[in-house]
Amino acid sequence: MTFPRFSDFSMFQPMLLWSDILIFILLFSLIAFFINLSRNPVARARWRHVFTTRIGSGAFIVIVFYVLIALLDSLHFRTALPPVEGSDGAISQEADGTVHYSQDVRSVLDIILHDLDSQDEKTYSAPFALYSFAKENQESDAGYVIRAFPRLEHGGKHIVRDEEHVLDIWVKTARAIGLTILPCLLVIFLHSAWRRRKPPVEHPLPWTVIYTTLTILVLLCGWVLNLSQYYHILGTDKVGQDVLYQSIKAIRTGVLIGTLATLVTLPLAVVLGIAAGYFKGKIDDVVQYIYTTLNSIPGILLIAASVLLIDVYIETNPEQFKLISERADFKFIALCFILGVTSWTGLCRLLRAETLKLSQLEYVQAAHAFGVGDWRIIFRHILPNVNHIILIALVLDFSAFVLAEAVLSYIGVGVDPSMASWGNMINEARAELARDPVVWWSVSAAFILMFVLVLAANLFSDRVRDAFDPRSVHGRV
Amino acid sequence: MLAYIIRRLGYAIPILLGVNLLTFALFFVVNTPDQMARVQLGDKHVSEEAIEQWKAQRGYDKPLMFNTEAGGLGLVTDTIFYEKSLSLFAFDFGKSDEGRNIGSDIQQRMWPSLMVALPTFIIGIAVNIAFSLFVVMFRASVFDTAAMVLCVVLMSISGVFYVIGGQFFFAKLWHLVPISGYLTGPDAIRFLILPVIIGVISGIGGGTRLYRTLFLEESGKDYVRTARAKGVPELTVLFRHILPNGLIPILTSVVVVIPSLFMGSLLVESFFGIPGLGSYTLDAIQAQDFAIVRSMVFLGSVLYILGLLLTDISYTLVDPRVRLS
Repeated sequence: MTFPRFSDFSMFQPMLLWSDILIFILLFSLIAFFINLSRNPVARARWRHVFTTRIGSGAFIVIVFYVLIALLDSLHFRTALPPVEGSDGAISQEADGTVHYSQDVRSVLDIILHDLDSQDEKTYSAPFALYSFAKENQESDAGYVIRAFPRLEHGGKHIVRDEEHVLDIWVKTARAIGLTILPCLLVIFLHSAWRRRKPPVEHPLPWTVIYTTLTILVLLCGWVLNLSQYYHILGTDKVGQDVLYQSIKAIRTGVLIGTLATLVTLPLAVVLGIAAGYFKGKIDDVVQYIYTTLNSIPGILLIAASVLLIDVYIETNPEQFKLISERADFKFIALCFILGVTSWTGLCRLLRAETLKLSQLEYVQAAHAFGVGDWRIIFRHILPNVNHIILIALVLDFSAFVLAEAVLSYIGVGVDPSMASWGNMINEARAELARDPVVWWSVSAAFILMFVLVLAANLFSDRVRDAFDPRSVHGRV
Repeated sequence: MLAYIIRRLGYAIPILLGVNLLTFALFFVVNTPDQMARVQLGDKHVSEEAIEQWKAQRGYDKPLMFNTEAGGLGLVTDTIFYEKSLSLFAFDFGKSDEGRNIGSDIQQRMWPSLMVALPTFIIGIAVNIAFSLFVVMFRASVFDTAAMVLCVVLMSISGVFYVIGGQFFFAKLWHLVPISGYLTGPDAIRFLILPVIIGVISGIGGGTRLYRTLFLEESGKDYVRTARAKGVPELTVLFRHILPNGLIPILTSVVVVIPSLFMGSLLVESFFGIPGLGSYTLDAIQAQDFAIVRSMVFLGSVLYILGLLLTDISYTLVDPRVRLS
């Protein structure tokens, strides 16, 4: 075995898209937020309430799973182009040492998925299929030209005789599950043994649910990673791309649109809402005017109009976007921003009303009487008491944004068509479902992946609301 | 009352002005008439004359907000902002980029939208109230929990999937109704059934959950406890005490959308090929016809503000304790 020479490291060029930077900033601030939160005993007790429910911890694990995939897909790089024929060296390099990189941006997730994106077929093919979905002119053994379903180039190419097909799928499934379930069981056994040696806690986490959810997720990963090497598990789409690959890549789009758009609403709603409720008077009038005006414009039209403008901007300034992925990324961030700007008004109104109420309470009046400054009162007395409203709204917004992406992409004002997203997959479903026989796998894949994420987020937000809303039973810690 | 309504309508003017300024800024300042002409003419290498001609035909050849060349009132009136945006206040929508009269288009297309939106709205509310009452009847039971989980599941499905699924099963697989299209007259019913059913079903999850909370809040109040203590049967408590009082927040919360029913739904109308205002707007968005989009934004805002006013009035109608001042 030889060590790579230094120049081989230039095979990869790490690449940061703007959305990658934002998502990692978001990740770190979330971690900081939770560390900060864990110092607060009341907040800790409430979070415990969320996680001691079976639904709460199960949904949380699913969400974390999606987020992890999104993060893996956010580590981007570009590979160096292969050398021009006749020159030596492993990569294409000029005399002065500049390396030419490929135009397509890849991510760590692509490597984990075994280059599924390069295994394209010609057109549609059903899940696990050996043959293409569309007939082609072929030359038979006798020399005639016949119309028949051609064999796929990549899907199930190891199968020699068609009869082996079903058996092969079962054997591979059994092997994949057998290989992954053993380590899982071992880890679960060790962990529960270790847990039993510790003194029992008052509100134990629902470990059965946690173990089951984790095991299912790990088994699913193992099965998918294993079988996707041999088959197109979810079939291929119109241009022969693997549907599984696309729907997994769409996870990043869905998760990012949910989190980034929520992140945009947050400062607008919090600053304006609290300022209006606390300072009243002129500021209140202005803030109320702004959100009534924004609210009265039909949201989807405002979003559509803004997205069209972004399109025009990109069209007129092509020199700013050298790569397709850079253009798609710019449009994507703009979309998150637009979604955020058009939907902060609900939270703002809630915060304004709550702040109005809080600022009349005795302890705030007392703080005033002691001569505490406005900013200090807001940060020490108002903000901690509206935290639960912000938190509940944030989790609810997340699933709303994920759902909105599908509708927007359908209307044609969503993410860039070159970017994998569930909305874009659904968009094509209209033509696919009109075919005979029906092409159902693409839309089903988008449906299931999106449904699981949104369901998990909705269930989780329910638990958070139960635990944090002072009106609910658990809120009174 | 009348004085209140007039004052509220007066408040609407600055808001609508703000809406106009915002859409104007979006459409004309960021996206200049020159760029619009280029996009519409569809060619990167359009001659300057063609652009100028396109602009002159549609009245985009004036200054944006202030015309320094024109004297007197012309300073403000002889501009794109005045002609294109402020004329909307008189419901003068002007002409689309294709040259059609937007106002008459809207009048014509409003009815199909209403034919879908109104039944969906009414049936939807009735179904949601029925379901939530049913759930409240079995509150704190396994049935209640199961119904709530089902609601969350229904809420987690994107509206697009309801439409796709409905069209696929009802129209394509079982041939019960036509997939899409629209006819005027009594034949329209065949085309309206599916969109209405889908509209109702897609709203069940969120609606039932919300109404259940409202009814539960009502059922925890003292007068309900008194009624039970008197020995009033549970069903009577539900229908005579909880339902009428629970309806108040429900009614006042849905009134705001009533005027906006005219606008129709972008998604449903385009999927089912209904020639209403929703599909009109969507076509305009896709054809980048900003004149139509601008008119629809304005119309939507007017209807929303009208809805807010109706909400306030409805408070006084259902609850005599509320006085408008």
